[in-house]
Amino acid sequence: MSATDFERAPSVARDNAALAERLRKLWETEPGVIGWLASVDHKEIGIRYIVTAFVFLILGGIEALVFRLQLSWSNVRLLTPEQYDQLFSTHGMTMIFLYAGPVLSGFSNYLWPLLFGARDMALPRLNALSYWLYLCAGLFLYAAFAAGFGPNDGWFNYVPYAARAYNGGPNIDFYSLGMILLGVSTTVGAINFVVTFLRMRAPGMSIDRVPILAWGTLTASAANIFAIPAVSLAFFLLWMDRNLGTHFFDGTGGPLLWQHLFWMFAHPWVYAIVLPAMGMVSDGLPVFCRKPLVGYTAVALGTVATMVLGFGVWVHHMFATGLPSISLSFFSAASIIIAVPSAIAVFAWLATIATGRPVVTTAFLFFASFIVLFAIGGVSGYMTGSLPVDWQLTDTYFVVAHLHYVLIGINVFPVAGALYFWFPKFTGRLLDERLGRWNFWTMFLGFNLGFFPMHISGLLGMPRRIYTYADGMGWDWLNLITTVGSFVFAVGVLLLIVNVVVSLKRGRIAGDNPWDAPTLEWSTASPPPPYNFAVIPTVASRHPLWEDRLGTPQKSFTEAGLVLEQGREAIGTDPLDAEPDIILKMPGDSLAPLMLALAGTALFAGLVAHWWWLVALAAVAAGAAIVGWLWPEAKLGEAVDA
Amino acid sequence: MTGERAQLGWAAATPLDYLTSHGAKADAIRPLTIGTVAISLAVIGIVALLLIVGLRRARTAPAPGSRLEVMRDEGGLSWLWIGVGLSSLVLLFSIVWTVAVLAEIASPSEKPALTVEITARQWWWQVRYLNDDPSRIFATANEIHIPVGRPVRFKLVGGDVIHSFWVPGLGGKTDLIPGQTNETWLEAREPGTYRGQCTEYCGLEHARMGLLVIAEPPAQFEAWRAHQLRSAAPASGEGAFAMRCGACHAVRGTTAAGMLGPDLSHFAQRRTLAAATLPNDGSHLESWLDDPQAIKPGNLMQKPELTGQERATIVAYLESLT
Amino acid sequence: MPDRVALEGRFPVGAVDTRASGWWAMIFVVFTEGALFAYLLFSYYYLAVQPHLPGTFPEGGAPSWALAFPNTLILLASSAAVAAAQFGIEHDNKWRLVLGLGIATLLGIVFLVVQYFEWAEKPFGLSSTPYASLYFVITGFHMAHVVVGVIMLSMLTLWSWLGYFNRVRYAHIHIGALYWHFVDAVWLAVFFTFYVTPLLGLKA
Repeated sequence: MSATDFERAPSVARDNAALAERLRKLWETEPGVIGWLASVDHKEIGIRYIVTAFVFLILGGIEALVFRLQLSWSNVRLLTPEQYDQLFSTHGMTMIFLYAGPVLSGFSNYLWPLLFGARDMALPRLNALSYWLYLCAGLFLYAAFAAGFGPNDGWFNYVPYAARAYNGGPNIDFYSLGMILLGVSTTVGAINFVVTFLRMRAPGMSIDRVPILAWGTLTASAANIFAIPAVSLAFFLLWMDRNLGTHFFDGTGGPLLWQHLFWMFAHPWVYAIVLPAMGMVSDGLPVFCRKPLVGYTAVALGTVATMVLGFGVWVHHMFATGLPSISLSFFSAASIIIAVPSAIAVFAWLATIATGRPVVTTAFLFFASFIVLFAIGGVSGYMTGSLPVDWQLTDTYFVVAHLHYVLIGINVFPVAGALYFWFPKFTGRLLDERLGRWNFWTMFLGFNLGFFPMHISGLLGMPRRIYTYADGMGWDWLNLITTVGSFVFAVGVLLLIVNVVVSLKRGRIAGDNPWDAPTLEWSTASPPPPYNFAVIPTVASRHPLWEDRLGTPQKSFTEAGLVLEQGREAIGTDPLDAEPDIILKMPGDSLAPLMLALAGTALFAGLVAHWWWLVALAAVAAGAAIVGWLWPEAKLGEAVDA
Repeated sequence: MTGERAQLGWAAATPLDYLTSHGAKADAIRPLTIGTVAISLAVIGIVALLLIVGLRRARTAPAPGSRLEVMRDEGGLSWLWIGVGLSSLVLLFSIVWTVAVLAEIASPSEKPALTVEITARQWWWQVRYLNDDPSRIFATANEIHIPVGRPVRFKLVGGDVIHSFWVPGLGGKTDLIPGQTNETWLEAREPGTYRGQCTEYCGLEHARMGLLVIAEPPAQFEAWRAHQLRSAAPASGEGAFAMRCGACHAVRGTTAAGMLGPDLSHFAQRRTLAAATLPNDGSHLESWLDDPQAIKPGNLMQKPELTGQERATIVAYLESLT
Repeated sequence: MPDRVALEGRFPVGAVDTRASGWWAMIFVVFTEGALFAYLLFSYYYLAVQPHLPGTFPEGGAPSWALAFPNTLILLASSAAVAAAQFGIEHDNKWRLVLGLGIATLLGIVFLVVQYFEWAEKPFGLSSTPYASLYFVITGFHMAHVVVGVIMLSMLTLWSWLGYFNRVRYAHIHIGALYWHFVDAVWLAVFFTFYVTPLLGLKA
């Protein structure tokens, strides 16, 4: 058959060796450097995301350890104020933007097509672009930091301190443009997730059969699509103010315009970097409890509801700015009410554990302990939502404690658990459980030792973002404990990395489904072949691999299904019921995404340096890469065969 | 260092804590703070307890890859109903309480006794006592005297970047934002010295941007105010000060009339130097004048490069400004 | 939800109509770009209601419709031309497709030229006042989108002329058209903000 046949009736058959061999040839990435750079395989991209995010986690962690030494006692003079300011700003930028979001994108990139019984993401080249832009943006921001031009106005970069008049160096220019570049990466990634969710689920995986991780990442991605333009625009306008003399932020109202634009983005972003992690727990925890998640529908709807409400609470970051108290009361109430969907999730997890029979593994320990950390981060958030209390709490270490319980408790702990859970799928080998216990307990005790006392330093009035403090403030011992705890926690993270490195070579062979888990990713080999599934699975319930034991009346099929082997092909299904409606032609490996990312980075480098010729050149190169990318191909069913 | 602390003007072990309160506004907020802390601790305790109860049937892992039984998707939904129902009630109660406290602190119970205008600058506080009679307006810096038992209105002006005005013992924070004037009010229940601090990150010396609120009985406050309005008596060293310091600093009644740095009229009455960074005494003043950048790196006062003779003259002059 | 799905049957192959992944992607590109313009216009209104804004708002009084209004009609006409082209290819009429896209491209270029004159006429520059910055940046963002659209339309014209598309294979046309209609719709919001609201009394 020719590639341009307009329609076809694919056969339904059983998985077999000849088919697998044929598919491997079609889907395998070319060996060699060029093949590596051109790969659009979601698994490859997912791993790259996770590894890169962990490198940034380590860098951000080292920065934190350095300034924890500075803060360990009053009047320590290890760092100058300028060094301290760049360190804490870069730490925040790194953890929030270069680690917490991308690590979840990595897991979702790797897992989504496998959870969905799909061959790849809907837009594989866009996926590669998203990664390359992330890497380039990270390198761009860190190149500035290495040159002494790291951001120095905190991650929220308030004007006018970020304006040229008070911040003359190129620091903020690098930060602004790097954030825009990263924003493009996140946006194209988000679009890819949403389209994949809507179009790439296996036949029969109607939206009430989708794993919660997919709900989490879908919600986060949908939010990013609407929220990221706010911050990209804010940074662009700031760059214009600083470089072209515009007046967006320097007149009356300018400082608060920045805060509105920033927090309209940043509050939803906080949910974007926790909801997928909560989804990983919602999917992973029940496997060890040997019972489906209690209240699936409520948890899925709660995930979406959190984000809908999350767009209406940005002003709680601006309670002290002198806004009219009527509007503040509204935002205060909304900020308290947003706890309701979180309560749904907490009680669903607790009920799943209590009514199941938990099997204790390292992954389970991370997931289960996360519930308590989630509760601590949640209630401290509820306190900051109460307006009069926030007027006392805000910008003290209480908020530092809160945001670390959120970001470490609700992101790092689930991610560590997810690594123990899915590492065997990624690599075919299990992480070491014995080392895992050491890893878990060091992280858990170190984290709480380090970060719980911050609540108290906060209640005792220690302000955020101070490079030192006088003696006699009553903060010395608490800070010393925090510093010790942060080093213990760092050892814990180090043990995780040691476990990964050791187990890559020496871990026990996992087999397809080491945890006897119910979802589609466990029905294929570990690690999965490049085409993921030889035949397309057909789904009839939320737990395709537990159906015999759950007594589900209808059966899913994973060993027999649609055969798509005439080129790189995938099945497209409709958004609600996942009825198949098209055979999609998937693109092959391509260097266009890398070229486009490099051109984009060159363009931003030109903007920093005011090398307008480079900007023009890079724009032309980017345009050429896009035209080449989108040139209609008969092979992809985009053009008539000439 | 207790002695130095006493000199800096606070006695408490934790001068910035907000679990204790010393005035009408902070008094109204404190029960809500403690109440929400208590609710929070209770929630954490309940969640931890339910988790531990849930773990009573926990078991160790069998060999990887072995098939285990799976329990039917039954039961547990009542946890959601009860848990979410109770949480919602507590949250609604918290909203009502929040709104009630908000109404209580929105405005003082009586007309404010006076209005103080605070302009925050990198990294100090300019304080002006406003008055309908322009001749009765005066300026000071970093230390705010108020009468006990009377609400005081503060007009908050952003002088350069954003700062935040916070005296935790008396009330919550309000930002000082360029281009807009915010208002807040505070009231002190009893005489004392209450420490404040800038709490919006404002650059290099954000850490050393403190202030003191000194609450005095009304009569004592009035005496202080009247004294502030007096011009400095002619003193030796006035000329040296005006020449070396007068471009940035002012002293009421002399030719030193600089506007860039703190107004130093009646400087010797102040308890601290450099925005509550050092106690105000001769030796600290000398080391400050020797190299302000060594003490508060990045602050906008350049090293004055004084000769020993000049420094001694200026220190003596400043110490004479009672 | 059905318990079982039907796997039997013939399915279209490749990028076809609204089942193409690119079509779905473009919908979300439009959402995110729409949000971008919403935030831009939010900035306009936010600054417009600030007291004591430097300069006047709008700078030099409500802007004239003399060029902007006909230009709006030109942009709407180009959207209509694209719609005609879409109708053409759905009925396998290659020349109507090429002609529709070609005319739309030309009208897009005319819009840019007229906008250039509108800019050149302004007595203020980018860095004069907050209003001036808002005016040039917001209309500039829109113009950048028109430039991208014009490049997109000219590529589509070329590809159509080369005979790449027919009654089934025209997903690219639909996707490009969606973007162009969006660029036109955004202009209406920009036009309303800059040229209509001052007449309704919105000024600082």
